[in-house]
Amino acid sequence: MISRDERPISAVPRVVVAALVVTLAAQIIWQSAQPKPVARAEALDAPPPISALRIASLGEPVPLAQLTTLYLQAFDNQPGISIPFRELDYTRVIEWLNSILALDPIGQYPLLMAAHLYGQVPDAARERLMFDFVHTQFLRDPNLRWRWLANAALACKHRLKDLPLALQYAREIARLAPAAPAWARQMQIILLEDMGEVESAKILIGGLLDSGGIKDKYELRFLMDRLEELEKKAEKSSSPSKN
Amino acid sequence: MGRQQIATLARFTLLEAARTRLGWLFIVALALVFGAAFFVQQLAITESARIQIAFSAAATRLVSVFVLSLYILTSLVREFNDKGLELTLSFDLRRADYILGRLLGFILIALAMALLAGLPQIMLAPLPAALQWSCSLALELVIVSALSVFCILTFTQLMPAASFVAGFYLLARAMAAVRLISAHPILEGDSLSNRVMGHLVDALALVLPALDRFTQSAWLVDGAAGWHTVGNCALQALLYTALLVAAAMFDFYRRNL
Repeated sequence: MISRDERPISAVPRVVVAALVVTLAAQIIWQSAQPKPVARAEALDAPPPISALRIASLGEPVPLAQLTTLYLQAFDNQPGISIPFRELDYTRVIEWLNSILALDPIGQYPLLMAAHLYGQVPDAARERLMFDFVHTQFLRDPNLRWRWLANAALACKHRLKDLPLALQYAREIARLAPAAPAWARQMQIILLEDMGEVESAKILIGGLLDSGGIKDKYELRFLMDRLEELEKKAEKSSSPSKN
Repeated sequence: MGRQQIATLARFTLLEAARTRLGWLFIVALALVFGAAFFVQQLAITESARIQIAFSAAATRLVSVFVLSLYILTSLVREFNDKGLELTLSFDLRRADYILGRLLGFILIALAMALLAGLPQIMLAPLPAALQWSCSLALELVIVSALSVFCILTFTQLMPAASFVAGFYLLARAMAAVRLISAHPILEGDSLSNRVMGHLVDALALVLPALDRFTQSAWLVDGAAGWHTVGNCALQALLYTALLVAAAMFDFYRRNL
């Protein structure tokens, strides 16, 4: 190794010192004169094909899925600019979410993002796109993904005020996801009640009770109380008005 | 200025590159990149040509910088270790001429590499865009040559010099994004620490070359950048290479060999 003993600055020819000072000053002046970088929202590109992603994962698709999730999640915060979710191209977002789920089908993160992040924008069309994505993914593995469809059903009821769509989702949870807890499978009863379809709700509860599938005594009690309330409500609505 | 000595040193630098088969190594690396780009194109469902060009250009740029800087660093380290530097300087040769001669040789190698790297892009992208991209790559490689010479003369060992070159290059390419983030933070936008950090980043940007404006793949896929942009890159490359040469000379003259 060369010795690091240094000579004094006076050993350096003056022309070299002058060149250093002049070029440094010129560089600073040049860079100062350049326009400042301007923040510009970049459009979300299409994700790479899933086969390319699998190769890029080097046999570790789960970490790549997680990294891709974080990339997508951070996309709204580009350098120097924050993009509202509603300005993202939702078709592209769904393509990314599909790719992530293809890499890691057990992961719940993309569905959480769809239901809670991208599905909460004040834009009904975009919300519907996200709920449709959640619904499609639910159909592929109902027992694993029922909770996100339940979230979508509640959002359809309260945010979109689309009770028929909420009911459709609730019915599919009851029909296709036996591993879902009772509240999720019985959500359709409340929805039917909200829709004024008291008779349908009564028939549904009666069917559930008669099927013998309900073993939990608290659940049985809850359903019986609910049936009783519905009957009272039905009587009240059918009795003639005192006025 | 010893023009003859500078030319001799440059000629020997070129001869060394030829004898160590740098050209063949670089051609093999380019062929691998081209093959990988073709493979990526086959995988793509849509925009396959666009993906192939962008992958090929971005990977070629990185490979060129990597191969050139590593070659320069190892070449000079070998010269230090073999005491070739002491032997060379024992002749009637100024230290400044040694730096200029070696750098001239490396710059000629950089230009040849940029020419080779541009050939696949000419096949894939429109000619004006590919020419502008290749010119810009040549200018970028000139800066990288000067940076590598400066680093190895300053640090004298391969590991710290290579780490510095890599860190410097990545920072120079990411500087625009770093400036934007520091200027518009998402949280606590008005705090003192953010303002201080913003000024520090701006100050750092003044002494770094704006490599993010060089050799963009977007020129090949979205439309040529225009010769004005390449001219701007040329001025920046000229200025920064001069600065690095002056810094390398300053450090080299202060050293006791």
